[in-house]
Amino acid sequence: MSSTITSPENKAGSQLRTQHDPDSQMATVHMRTDKPHTEPAEKDATAIVMEDLSSWYGSFQALKSISLNVRKNKVTAFIGPSGCGKSTLLRWINRMNDTIHSARATGNLHLGDLDLLASTTDVVDLRRKVGIVFQKPNPFPKSIFDNVAFGPRLHMKLRRNELLDIVEWSLRKAAVWDEVKDRLHAPALGLSGGQQQRLCIARTIAVGPEVLLMDEPCSALDPGSTLAIEELMNELRDQYTIVIVTHNMQQASRCSDETAFFFEGKLIEMNDTQSIFTNPANQKTEDYISGRFG
Amino acid sequence: MSDIDSQDDSNMSADDAEKPSKDGHIGEQSVSGPGGTPKTSLLEARDPDAFDKPTLITTRSRLAKDFRFRVMCILTACASVLILVFLLGSILGAGIPTLSWTLLTGTPEPEPENAGMWPALMGTLWVCTMCALITLPLGIGTAILIEEFTPRNRIARQVLALIQLNITNLAGVPSVVYGILGLTAFVSMFSLFDNSDNADGPSMEVGAVYYDQFSNVASDPFIDTGDTEAEERYFLFPVETRDAPSTVPKTGMLAYENSEGGLKEVEIIAIDPFADDAPTDADALSRTIDSTSDPGRISEKQWYYLRLPFGRGVVAGALTLMLVILPVIIISTQESLRAVPGTLRAGALGLGATPWQVVWNVTLPSAIPGIMTGSILAMSRAIGETAPILIIAGIVYIRSAPQHLMDDYTVMPLQIYNWTSRPQEEFHNIAAGGIVILLAILLTFNAVAVLIRHRMQNKLN
Amino acid sequence: MSSALSKAKSPELEAKVQKLLERQKKNLSWVRLREKGIFLCLIGCGLFSLLITGSIIFVLTSETITFFRFEEVTLGNFLLSTEWTPLLGNTKSFGIWALISGTLLVTAIAMLLALPLGLVTAIYLSEYAPRRVRSTLKPILEILAGIPTVVYGFFALMTITPFLQWCYDGFNIYNAMSAGIAVGILCFPTVCSLAEDALQAVPSSLRDGAFGLGGTRFDATIKVILPAALSGIISAFLLAIARAIGETMIVALAAGSRAHVTINPGDEVQTMTGYMVQIAGGDVSNFGIEYYSMYAVAFTLFLITLSLTMIGNRIRKKYRETYD
Repeated sequence: MSSTITSPENKAGSQLRTQHDPDSQMATVHMRTDKPHTEPAEKDATAIVMEDLSSWYGSFQALKSISLNVRKNKVTAFIGPSGCGKSTLLRWINRMNDTIHSARATGNLHLGDLDLLASTTDVVDLRRKVGIVFQKPNPFPKSIFDNVAFGPRLHMKLRRNELLDIVEWSLRKAAVWDEVKDRLHAPALGLSGGQQQRLCIARTIAVGPEVLLMDEPCSALDPGSTLAIEELMNELRDQYTIVIVTHNMQQASRCSDETAFFFEGKLIEMNDTQSIFTNPANQKTEDYISGRFG
Repeated sequence: MSDIDSQDDSNMSADDAEKPSKDGHIGEQSVSGPGGTPKTSLLEARDPDAFDKPTLITTRSRLAKDFRFRVMCILTACASVLILVFLLGSILGAGIPTLSWTLLTGTPEPEPENAGMWPALMGTLWVCTMCALITLPLGIGTAILIEEFTPRNRIARQVLALIQLNITNLAGVPSVVYGILGLTAFVSMFSLFDNSDNADGPSMEVGAVYYDQFSNVASDPFIDTGDTEAEERYFLFPVETRDAPSTVPKTGMLAYENSEGGLKEVEIIAIDPFADDAPTDADALSRTIDSTSDPGRISEKQWYYLRLPFGRGVVAGALTLMLVILPVIIISTQESLRAVPGTLRAGALGLGATPWQVVWNVTLPSAIPGIMTGSILAMSRAIGETAPILIIAGIVYIRSAPQHLMDDYTVMPLQIYNWTSRPQEEFHNIAAGGIVILLAILLTFNAVAVLIRHRMQNKLN
Repeated sequence: MSSALSKAKSPELEAKVQKLLERQKKNLSWVRLREKGIFLCLIGCGLFSLLITGSIIFVLTSETITFFRFEEVTLGNFLLSTEWTPLLGNTKSFGIWALISGTLLVTAIAMLLALPLGLVTAIYLSEYAPRRVRSTLKPILEILAGIPTVVYGFFALMTITPFLQWCYDGFNIYNAMSAGIAVGILCFPTVCSLAEDALQAVPSSLRDGAFGLGGTRFDATIKVILPAALSGIISAFLLAIARAIGETMIVALAAGSRAHVTINPGDEVQTMTGYMVQIAGGDVSNFGIEYYSMYAVAFTLFLITLSLTMIGNRIRKKYRETYD
């Protein structure tokens, strides 16, 4: 079992349980007695805690007892071959899996104090805090402005110029402002693929999330656009905790701080990116990153 | 073998299906489709020497079979076109000469040359508008429920599956059965509101005012009013309910008179005709009522006049048509909703939209052209639907457009049925004229639907 | 990237927006309440369709029971007799078979016309037709499908019947043949589009396989595609039959009103739907025995069409699953 992995970077986290507690196995509701209290100023604070997280689609077990921590204001990459469960794991963080009625999960998944798996957790509120960007750019068939304003309009009562500020700010943050500022009211579907994906990122950050989930955000893009997105992630990490799922190992090594390698629903290894790619502890990890399978 | 091959070559460019059937040259047409190209190359590459004789014959007979089948297909396709041409031709031939302004704006008089279908036209307008107002929200709501809300609860999911199954089966119920249901459920309302005092009258009504109507003595030929000439006038006394006892007029009472500027208050004089005390003054005489006469009970109904049970009124017709087209609208809306890519929904959900916000802001705007197309087609079906209306309204002689929601009505197809089922040739001709008008309306509807669909496709590309 | 340019105006904007984002969000409890309200409304819409089915069954059953309570009526007479004479004063007989046979005769004629023609046209459209022919034939079929049935009734009475009488003297002015032909034309687009759907659902890999083995298009169609689409085609046929059985206006106008068992297409017949129209459109006293007999007929009609549609839909669902 390779789930007994301690993040070496977890110096601040003596109060954190990074190894899963055998007693809590198969428990659906967890009352965490020792909640990690994280201070925003703390550089290495933990944003998301997973303990013994298992997930099923019907009778198929997609995730097997995952325990890991995602650190605040870092880019964490989930890598692994297709079907290893990395996307499933990502989609549990903002409960996108709720749309699949056969999907269910047990274990512990916390964002700060918030129990993400509890049925009492309001997913709408959660998704304001945890934004997601999908594999294929999916702008709404509306204008560029309306796309970015979509989230703020849902959640806040804003005056026109305030809305304009948020849109401009988000588009600047997503590094697409200069390309679209003259045609904010043109249809978003007229943009190129890379611009569309950055628009989707702008749309997500316009809601003001703490965490950004990215589900293979570059796999449908050309190399130039990929580079733009990677640069963007680099800039965004000051403000957001970013989790990225990727097939592309170069991408993971280029832009992530930590990397977790999954195989057949299990977390094989998690470490800082440098160590994973230069000195993997597990043979499977080494085989995968050296291209022997996957 | 070789002659077949040469036919192939000569017909490679023949795209037109009808031309080869006339010439008798049918071989391989160039067919757009995945199978077309490999087949052609296969035939061209065939070397006669490579086959022994039996194979050659089999191939030839197989190709001949293919040829015969193709001819059959084309003939059938032509037949369907011919049927349409014949159908429309025979109707247009009979109908167009009878088209006239009278036919459109007249009332269904018993003489064919004066008959028109204005009341039927207005009846169709009333019934179908009401029907659309009721059906669209219901149908679109049901479709949204089935397509957009997938509950995690197992029982709820089974209920949704049941609703879905139910709708597919409802779509196959003959419309005449809906007519029967409408007759019981809407016209007589399960006899729940039967009025024991007055078998014909409703038991509850809102929006109607009843009057007792008297005429002045001047119009009564049996009363001697001397030489004084007085014009005929009618006076109305409001009464509480439909069943209230008749008003007994007394001198000095105020009555309403129906005049051009609306109801006007007039003071009346009541006389006993046997006492022979009729006033001689012309003005007074024109306001004088025979106090022993029986009034007529008339009513004035507001447009929102409502009664229970509905009776054979516009509302019952609209509700019955709703039953017929509800499954159609639900199914077409479901198809349009399914066509909206799931990534858009996921995108909106990921931004923290609630399921309804996703539907309202993302799914519905994308699906609206499809929904509109489906709804317009469903409404054109409602316009042409005859059997359920015939069951609930029967064939009645209606001379005016409906004035309120409970008014008697007839619809265009029913009027056409009425004229067609009469023995006189002239009525058959005006029925054809009515059909031309009906088809023109339906064709407009269809054209609008096709236009919307076309624009939608352009937008997607 | 032009990030330097982008950030030129940043600091004050950054501060402003951060303040906005920290501002009180809309109250979620209101959103949630609205969500619940809307959901309840939608559930109401959905349950309404169940209510329709429920009330159809309730109305038909209860009124049919009322019908059988009349002393002139017995269940045995209804189910076994072939005499349908509800309007004859003394010798009322309610043998449903007289109406069913009329319905079956008209339906049989209609299906003899619509099923082969519809299927062949569907095969042509799906397998043979060049794009140009397809794009003219399909709208024609759509127009045919959109014509109100009363128009077909007019067509049957005014065009088909005279034509039939011109061909052969034996045809009555009202006859099953003319109504059957019109119903057949009416059902033709239905058969055609449903069967074409079934054929289109056959994966093109099967076609390519047949061509790859040297088959002609005819071989591929008959030996590979038709068997593969068979269940879909059968379901199309069943749905078309249900439609023909329930068709009302054509038979009301063209088939006549004499209920009797016959197989002579030139004879006047009455169908179940025709009888219902005759009663509802005529001057029968409400709540008399004839009035309630209409419900018994409607009940029979409902049972027949419902079972046909249900079987048809079930088969269709099955073939859809096969290739999904």
